[in-house]
Formats: sequence, C-alpha cells, structure tokens
Amino acid sequence: MDALLDEWAGRIREAAGHGGKLAIRGGGSKSFYGGAESGEPFAVGDYRGIVAHEPTELVVTARAGTRLVDLAAALAEKGQWLPFEPPVFGPQATVGGMLACGLSGPRRQAMGAVRDFVLGVRLLDGRGEVLTFGGQVMKNVAGYDVPRLLAGSLGTLGVIIEVSLKVLPRPVAECSLRFAIDEVAALQRLNQWGGRPLPISASAWHDGVLTLRLSGAAAAVAAAQRTLAGELLDEPVADAFWQSLREQQHTFFAGDAPLWRLGLPTVAPPLGLGPTLIEWGGAQRWLRGGEADAVRAAAAKAGGHATLFRADARLKAAVGVFQPLPDALARIHRNLKLAFDPQRIFNPGRMYPDL
Amino acid sequence: MENTLAEHRRNVDRAQLIRRLRAVLPASALLAEEEEMRPYDCDGLTAIRQLPLLVALPENEEQVQAILRICHELRAPVVPRGAATGLSGGATPHPDGVLVSLAKLKKIIAVDPLSRTAIVQPGVRNLAVSEAAAPYGLYYAPDPSSQIACTIGGNVAENAGGVHCLKYGLTVHNVLRVRGLTIAGDIVEFGSAALDAPGYDLLALLNGSEGLLAMITEVTVRLTPKPELAQVVIASFDDVRKAGDAVASIIAAGIIPAGLEMMDRKATHAVEPYVNAGYDLQAEAILLCESDGTPEEVAEEIGRMQAVIERSGAAGIRVSQNEAERLRFWAGRKAAFPAVGRLTPDYLCMDGTIPRRRLAEMLEAINALSERFGLRCANVFHAGDGNLHPLIMYDANQPGELDRAAAFGAEILELSVRFGGTITGEHGVGVEKIMLMAEQFGLPEIDAFHRLKTAFDEHGLLNPGKGVPTLARCREYRQARAGTATASARP
Repeated sequence: MDALLDEWAGRIREAAGHGGKLAIRGGGSKSFYGGAESGEPFAVGDYRGIVAHEPTELVVTARAGTRLVDLAAALAEKGQWLPFEPPVFGPQATVGGMLACGLSGPRRQAMGAVRDFVLGVRLLDGRGEVLTFGGQVMKNVAGYDVPRLLAGSLGTLGVIIEVSLKVLPRPVAECSLRFAIDEVAALQRLNQWGGRPLPISASAWHDGVLTLRLSGAAAAVAAAQRTLAGELLDEPVADAFWQSLREQQHTFFAGDAPLWRLGLPTVAPPLGLGPTLIEWGGAQRWLRGGEADAVRAAAAKAGGHATLFRADARLKAAVGVFQPLPDALARIHRNLKLAFDPQRIFNPGRMYPDL
Repeated sequence: MENTLAEHRRNVDRAQLIRRLRAVLPASALLAEEEEMRPYDCDGLTAIRQLPLLVALPENEEQVQAILRICHELRAPVVPRGAATGLSGGATPHPDGVLVSLAKLKKIIAVDPLSRTAIVQPGVRNLAVSEAAAPYGLYYAPDPSSQIACTIGGNVAENAGGVHCLKYGLTVHNVLRVRGLTIAGDIVEFGSAALDAPGYDLLALLNGSEGLLAMITEVTVRLTPKPELAQVVIASFDDVRKAGDAVASIIAAGIIPAGLEMMDRKATHAVEPYVNAGYDLQAEAILLCESDGTPEEVAEEIGRMQAVIERSGAAGIRVSQNEAERLRFWAGRKAAFPAVGRLTPDYLCMDGTIPRRRLAEMLEAINALSERFGLRCANVFHAGDGNLHPLIMYDANQPGELDRAAAFGAEILELSVRFGGTITGEHGVGVEKIMLMAEQFGLPEIDAFHRLKTAFDEHGLLNPGKGVPTLARCREYRQARAGTATASARP
C-alpha cells in the first residue's frame, strides 16, 4: 500500500514540476457534482481497506478508497453506523469521496454532517507530502482543524488517503409519520417541533405531504408518536421513502430540469421559485428549474445560499455551481488553496473557477 | 515554564501606536499605564505573566476594525482576550502588541425560539446564553466548567467542550455562524444562518484556532430543547481498572450517556469537604453517568446503565432521586479545579485525550509519575470521550517545583500521544503546550499549519507565538528528545 502512495507522490511532484493538472477520482459516483472535471485522471479508489474499528471507542479508520457500502456493512456488524447518512449514489462510492463532497442525508438535521464526524485525515498535498491531521479521539484541539476543513473541499486541497470518523450505535426504535399540510404550515410546524425535546431524526415536505421520522429509545419514539399523531407509515414504505431521498431516486429528482440545492435558515418562508422539496426541518430545500440569478438572490436574501447540484455542463459553466463568495472570503480561499496546493494541480475549477 | 513569546519580538513604535489609537478610540478604551495594564498580564495560565504594550477595550465592531487596521498598518501584534479563563495562555499578552479585550462587546443581540438560535457578541458569557434561552425551554449545550465566567468568543477560539459533549458535541457542533474581522480589518462571515455555507468550511477551521486566524465580533449559536428530565447514576469502584472497564462497557452496550465523568480518590477527597457532594470517600474512583430525555426514555436508559455498571464490578451505585440531588452530584465534579486549588498553592491542569480503553493504564502511569516527581496529582476525566484533566499540585515558591510540575505534565502528554491520543482535548495549545506540538506533529504538518495561518494573516500579527511552534524550535525539540532517548538507552 505504501508503494502506491510513493507512486502517487511521484506523479504529484511530476505534475507540480511541469504545470500538470490532476482530476482526482475515487469511485466516480459523484463526478456530476461541482464544476467539470479537468486534468489528467488520477484514480485513487484502489487504496482501500478498514485500518481500525474499535467499537467501544466509537471510531473507525479507513483508507480513502474503501467503498462506503463495505464500511457500512462492517459497522452494521457491530450495531453502528455513520449517523449523517451520506448519500452513496452508487456502490462504487468511496470514503474519500464522501469527505471531499461533504454531503449528508436526511438525518443531518438531527445528527450533524460529515464535518461533524470526521476526526482525522491523512492527505497527500500538492508537494507530494503525506500529512496527518487530527486523530482517532473525539476531543482534539491540537493544531488547526484541517480534517473538518477538508469536508466539502472537493479535492481541491489534496488527495485524501485515510479518514478517521466518529461512529454511533444505531437507534433502538424508529417510526415515520405523515401529515397532509401545505408548505407554509409545514415550515411553521417543523420549527415549532424543533424547539421541543422530540426525537425527530428526519423530515421532508413535498406536494402537500409532510413526512417525519422519529428515532431513539423505544419509549421516547412511542411517546412522540402519541404526541404528534399523524398517519403511521409501514416500515418498508418508510425505509424506501427515506432511502429515495438520500439517494435522490424519489420522483422529484427525476428528469433533466436543473436541480438546485438551497441551504437556508429553517425559518425562511417559502421562496416560490418552482417545484420544491424541503428537508432538514426547512434548512435544505431542493428546487427544480429556476433562473440562476433569481435563485441565488432569493437564497441570499433569506440568509442562505444556492448550489446548482445537478445540471448540464453548459449551464454549470455559465452560472457556476456554488454561490459566489464575498471578496474577503474569496481571497482567503485562494490563499488556502495555495497553502496546500501551491502549483494548483488538484481538481482545478471543481469548486470555484479560480481555485 | 518557558515563555516562547520572547522569540516573536517586533519593533513597534509605541508612541505612534498610542497616537493613532487615541484618534479612533474613546479615552477610556485605551490603557497605557503599567498599573492599568497589570490586571491583563495573564489569563488562566497564571504561571506566565507578561505586560502588553497597550490594552484596548473597544465597545463595538467599528472600533475593533479601526484598531486592527492601525495595527496591521504599523505591523503591531494583536492578542484577543475574552474572559481570560483559558488555561493554556491563549490570551497571554504580547510584549510588543495590543491586547484587545472584547469584554465590552457583551450584548445578546437576539434569541429566536422559532429558529432555535441566538446571536450574541463575543463577550457574552456562556451561561448567560442559556439563561436568556431558558424562558423558551431552550439552552446552549456546550458547558465548560468555567461557564459562569467564560465567554462565547473564547469558547469558539478554543472549541470549548464540557461535561456533556459526548452526546451534545463541542462548540464547533453548536455554532452556525461567526462574524469577525481579518487582521487587515476586512469583515468576514464564516458559516451562515443555514446549516452550511458555500466554499471551504472556514467555520470549522475557526473553531479552536486560538485567536490566530480572525477576531470574532458576533456569533450565532444553536439552541437545544431542554430535555424533560435528567438523572445521574453515581457508581463507586474499589479499583480504577474496573471503573475504566465500566466506561468501555457502557459504550459497548450502545449507550451514549449525556455525561460520563470519572474522578479518582484524590479528586473526591479534595471536592467533598468543599461542596459536600455526597461522594463515596472509600472508593478508588467514582463514575458519574447521566441520562436525559423523556421520563420514559430516562427510566429505560438508567436501568440499562445500572445493569452494565453492576456487571463491571461497582462497589456501590446510587441514582439521583431529584433535580437538587443531581445538581449536587455534578457540583462536586464542576468544582474539582477550585477544590484542588484549596489544597495547594498552585496547580497545573493537563488536558490530554486518549482512547478510552487506555484510561486505567494511564491512571496507573500518572500515579507512578506522581511518586517519581514527588508531586501530588488529582485526576478528573471526561471519561466518555477520553479527555483527562490531571491536576498537578505544586508550590511556585519552592525552587524548582514549577519546572518539575511542567516536566511531569509533559510526560503525561507525551504518553497521551503515544497511546494514540492528543496533547490537548479542549484547553488549547496556547503558549503552555506549544513545544509539545512537536511531539504530536511532524515538521511537514507544522509547516502546513504555518502556511494555513499565512492564508489569513500574511504578516503573522494575530496572536503570534501561540499554538504552533516555529520550525526551528521543533527541530531543537526533536534533537533534544533524540539525545535524551539515546542517553537513557545506554546501559
């Protein structure tokens, strides 16, 4: 395995030496996400395997090429999982890609995101140097928190080669409830419920229907179910529904219309920009279609931001994928990029055109 | 303990700096006389004291911005300071710099029960946020032991933890947005009112950056619904090993307690006469294990906790019967530092984190070191996340004792790294543990940290000499360590 890292370091140094560009690729399951891939393909999916999993430490360490499905299976054997429910988007998805893309599933509203669970990383930087940050313990404030910085960095800061993650026991009980309710009322209720000690682990509103998932101790789930009322969903139906959101197989996600992801304050009112699916208690809103300037302006006005999550390459190139940054932040981004990748060889343009 | 700030001297024209700052600040907001500045010469790390060049006490963001612009232009170091409760010297003044106290920025700007957020200025005390949120059934979850006094700005800078972070997370998990200023005086917002923000996760980077990347002027925190009920199990053990095993068994049973704390015999004996918490003084170690949630949930979980702890060989188990008793059990743990402070003229508080399974081994190693160095040491642990707070007692007036205490502490932290952990779980590196960074990180990582810092602060003016040692000092440290290793390896 170390020979592989040596070989990669050699390729990185070579690229750095002659102005080469490298397009890092794990499983390729999320190559649709972010700006277009450019540069010489740099496959890193072969560096795989779980390095350590000590269930009583609630920590797993895996090489970045480890398939997410394999990691999930190993954790499930011990009754544990990744509580942020990373979307897989295909069996070939890797741990490194999960961290680099920083995406989280329906449970994010209750449990946190990838960035909340990453404890340590090993990284090949733009000089071909192996760097180790963070560790395998929950509390660690020695040095800057580079592991969390890498969540969602889209490979622009280096090649992630190993990741340590906090894991948790799976909840004992779950159930899902459904309510017929309009968008305004759904947002109102989600925010009100959010202020009460209810075990809500996921929520989704679409087309006049609000679905809630409750997770936790059996007694807590049963008590909340009684309090909230609502129509109880059969378990297989509920599981399929949440899975269809996590993997974007729900009919809402079908078709070619551009898919926008809006990150908003939960209390932001309905934006009225087009067909909408709301998740995370109102904090994540999916939108089909919509004109880029209008979507971004509305998101910013509501205190959030918009990402062109899926669209054809032409539209992405024309309007950019991520909400543009204010000058001072953009400057810090450029400086950080150069701090880790001084020759700008990794994933150019995948996040912003100048990174 | 060595003051490494001496290596970061800058040539600053004090008279010019005073003239420029006087032009932008009210007279009361700039202190330049020694007797006025004396109260600011240290933070919670009282072993290192240093007078700053000047002290500034801005009242709003515009004044902070003006100070930064002037300092940036004149290349004068700037050290941010909150309540100065930090234990690692993160707010130790710089001899050629302006100490900027954010204590006057103490407005709670908004508490919004619907979005479950509060917007506060950096000088707001941690506990004040929970007090302001209490009428809505909400609270701010991170609860460092100093929460009565410590401020949110400092909590973000240190990524503060507390006794409930196993279940509720650290500061980084409970902050949505930080507004601040770069050293050049540019206003920047990290994170957002949403759960995420475009670009790199600079909010995560800012948490725990010890005032080296930006000056904080406003923070949006998440508020958490107050659980209906909390109860705590208190267990006594006649052997620290059994207590350590109980911790692992609780986690292995799939339980995430709201709090899971351990104290050794020296700690309980320090605490009991001070707060009458009702601890078992015969025990070698006690464990506090808390459950919270709905009454049904707590009843179920407490039952499971009791069963696991009994199987681990506890000598005695009690469950808090009411809120007053629960708070009393916790009061002992929360008062551990001041209680130890009564037993000794001075103490050093260590902050290593290790994998939980090595808790008992570590405790035994600390006891052996305590004998070797001839210094008493009481231990309180955030057992749930492996974060240790050995309190090394010494008397600074006895020649050599501080150095011996520091050497004792360094050995504990070196052991923490060797066990696969870290030199600091929640108190930060500051000036206190700066040389030990070379124990935990290699030169390439240290170099990367310096480059990262430069991305925010080209001239190294924000809190210089803290957090990350110079490469030259790292090399010296490593050579010295290699020398010691060779010497001790000789027959």
